[in-house]
Amino acid sequence: MSHVKVELKKEDVAKIKEICKTFHNNPGELINVLHKAQSFFGYLPAEVQEIVAVELNIPVAKVYGVVTFYSFFTMLPKGQHPISICTGTACYVRGAEKVLDEFKRILNVSVGETTPDGKFSLGCLRCVGACGLAPVVMVGEKVYGRVSPDGVKDILKEYE
Amino acid sequence: METVKLTIDNRQVEVPSGTTIYKAAKLLGIDIPVLCYMDLGDMNIENKPGGCRICVVEVEGRRNLAPSCSTNCAEGMVVKTHTMRVINARRTIMELILSDHPKDCLTCAKSGNCELQDMAVKLGVRNIPGQEYAEMSTYKTDFSPSIIREMDKCIMCRRCETMCNTVQTVGALSAVNRGFTAVVAPAFEQDLEKSPCTYCGQCVAVCPTGALTEVDSTPKVIRALADPTKTVIVQTAPAIRAALGEEFGMAPGTLVTGKMVAALRQIGFDHVFDTDFAADLTIMEEGTELLDRLTRHLNGDKKVKLPILTSCCPGWVNFFEHNFNDMLDVPSSAKSPQQMFGAIAKTYFADKMSVKREDLVVVSVMPCLAKKYEAQRDEFKVNGNPDVDFSISTRELAHLIKEFNINFADLADEDFDRPLGESTGAAVIFGATGGVIEAAVRTAYEVHTGKKLPKMDFNELRGMEGIRSATIDFDGLPISIGIAHGLGNARKLLEDVRSGKANYHAIEVMACPGGCIGGGGQPLHHGDSSILKARAAAIYREDAEKPIRKSHENPYIQKLYEEFLGKPMSEKAHHLLHTHYFDKGNKDVFI
Repeated sequence: MSHVKVELKKEDVAKIKEICKTFHNNPGELINVLHKAQSFFGYLPAEVQEIVAVELNIPVAKVYGVVTFYSFFTMLPKGQHPISICTGTACYVRGAEKVLDEFKRILNVSVGETTPDGKFSLGCLRCVGACGLAPVVMVGEKVYGRVSPDGVKDILKEYE
Repeated sequence: METVKLTIDNRQVEVPSGTTIYKAAKLLGIDIPVLCYMDLGDMNIENKPGGCRICVVEVEGRRNLAPSCSTNCAEGMVVKTHTMRVINARRTIMELILSDHPKDCLTCAKSGNCELQDMAVKLGVRNIPGQEYAEMSTYKTDFSPSIIREMDKCIMCRRCETMCNTVQTVGALSAVNRGFTAVVAPAFEQDLEKSPCTYCGQCVAVCPTGALTEVDSTPKVIRALADPTKTVIVQTAPAIRAALGEEFGMAPGTLVTGKMVAALRQIGFDHVFDTDFAADLTIMEEGTELLDRLTRHLNGDKKVKLPILTSCCPGWVNFFEHNFNDMLDVPSSAKSPQQMFGAIAKTYFADKMSVKREDLVVVSVMPCLAKKYEAQRDEFKVNGNPDVDFSISTRELAHLIKEFNINFADLADEDFDRPLGESTGAAVIFGATGGVIEAAVRTAYEVHTGKKLPKMDFNELRGMEGIRSATIDFDGLPISIGIAHGLGNARKLLEDVRSGKANYHAIEVMACPGGCIGGGGQPLHHGDSSILKARAAAIYREDAEKPIRKSHENPYIQKLYEEFLGKPMSEKAHHLLHTHYFDKGNKDVFI
C-alpha cells in the first residue's frame, strides 16, 4: 500500500492518545480505535498508526496488518472531491468498468488513490440504490446517472 | 480433569477436553501431516492458524473436512485420517499452495531441507494443474545484513510471526494485506533493516520454505581461501561443536569438536582457532567490570548502575538498543567473544605473524545470524576493515563441508591451533543459557575472595526455565543473579528491573531460547526441546572434561595480558575489547 508522509500537529497527537484512552488503551479494541482515528483524520497515515501502536503497546507491524486487511481503512487522504464509481451488478453490466477506466486514464490514478494535487480521489462502491440510472458515479454528494466514458471529462470539468 | 472419548481410525482414545484431533492422533501413534502447524514443546507455545489445511481429516457427521491441528476433540467423535476424500483434498491443497510458489527448487537455499518440498513428496504431487496460466504473487526481495526475505516463497504459515511476536516479543513481523497480496512483513512493508528486527534468526529457524534464509557468506569465504595473498583464520563458537554433527546424521548432543577442527583444516584455513579463547577473555573483562561496579556500588557510589547485563549476545544488544534505550549504561561494555577475537586477531596475532591487517581474513562460525550484522557494525571496523570479515552459521559450515566433499563422519579428531585456540571449560558453557554467568562467577569469586572455589558446577544457574534466579555466596557476600533466555523472557526480566520490582547484581540474557545452542543459525530443531537439552548436556560434558575450567587460569589468556594488554580493563583492553551502545528506539520507521 502506498502512503504519504505527514507531520502530525501536537493537538493531533493528543487526539489520537485521547481516542486510545477512550478504549482504555486495550489492544483488543484496535479496530475500534482505528475506526475513530480514521473518522477524525479521514485516513490513517503511518504516523497515526505508530502512535496507536505505542499507546496500545502492540507492534506497529500488527497495526499495519489490521489497517491493510480491512478495505474500510485507508492510508491515503481522500481528495477534495472524492469520486465513487458504482460497480454493483446493474451499473457493472451497463458499462461501469469502462467509465472507471476513463477516470483512471484522465486522472492517472488507480482505485484507492488520490491525485498528486489532492483534488480528486478515486474509489468504487457497490450500489447507491439508483440502478435505474446505471451506471452511476458520485462526486462528493452529487450523483451522476447514465454516465458514459465520453461524459467523464465533462464531469471533471465541473470541478476545475 | 474432564476428558472426552473419541474414535480415530477405528481406535478408541480418551483425552483431556480441549485436546486437538492432531494431538489425540499423535497419542495413538497416528501421524497426520502438518505444514503451518508448529509445536514449541516445553515453551507451551503452538502455532496453529489452521491456515494451510494440509492436516484436514474427515469427521463423521460433519459436512466439510476439519483441520485437525485446530479442531478440538468432542465426545463420541469418529475421525478418519486417511480416507480417499482426505488424501485427495490434501493433494489438491498442496497443488494450490504450489501454484503460487516459485519452481526453483533446484537452486533454492532451502533445497533438501525444505518442509514444503518434503510435503510435496509425501503427498505425491506430480503435477500442478493450471500453472501455465496462473498468476503468481510477487514481492521485492529484502536483503538485510543477516536475513534475506524472499516472500514469493512464503506460504503464510505465520510461524515466523509466532516466533517474532509471541516468543521474542520483537514485533517486527505481521501478516499484512489480504487475499492474493497477503504477506508477512514489517510495518508499512519496509525492509527488515528499518524494523525493530534484532536478527536473532528465530524466524529463519522455523520457516518451512526458502522465504526466510540467512545471508550466505560461504562464497566469499571460498574466494578468500583461494587468494594466495590472504591469511585466512577461523574461529568457532562454543555452541557449534554440540550441533554440527546433526547436519551429518549424528544424534543430537554428539560432540564433534575434533572432527570440526579437522574439517576446517581440510577446507584450507591457515589457522583453526576457537572463539572459546575469546570467551575466556570476555570473562576477564566482563568479570572485572562486574567486580569493579559491585565494589563501587557497595562503597556507596551512587553513579554506579547495577545490575550489570551481559553483552555477548548481539541479538540481545539489538533488542535493548531498540527497547531499553533508557538503560544503555547498564549492560557491560565488554564486546562479544566474536568481536574480541577479531580485535585480538587483527592486532596481537597479526603482529606476531607479521601479517598486515588487510591481508588477514577472520572468519567466524556462529550459531547465530545476528553475528553477521554485528560483524558489520561500524564501531568494529578500523579504516573500513572489519575485525571479523565474514560470519557464517553452523548450517553454512555444514554446507561448506559438504561442498568440499569431506566425509565428516570418518574424520579423525584434531586439536585447535595456538595461541588463540586454547580455552577452558568456562568458555565452552557460553553456548548454553546460564553458561556465561556461571563462567563469570567462577572467575569473579576467586578474584574477589582470593580463595579457591569450593565447587565448580553451579547447577542453580543451569536449566531450561525461561527466567531463573539464584543467589551465589561470595564468601559472605550474597550475589543475586538473574538469567533469561528468549527475548520475551528478557523483556519481562528487564521490565521488572526497570520498575524496581526485581533487584539483581548481574543478569545474563541470551536472545534465543536455550541460549546459543538454540541459535537462529543452528541445525533446525523444529521446536523439539529434547534436542536443545541434548546439546546443552554435550556442552556441560565438554566443560567437565576440560583440564582447566576457569577462564583466568587459561595460560594463553595470562600470556596475552602479560605480553600485550597489561591487565583487564587497562587502557589498551578498553580500546580493543570494549564498546558502546546506540539508541535505536526513535529510529525513523517511516519512509
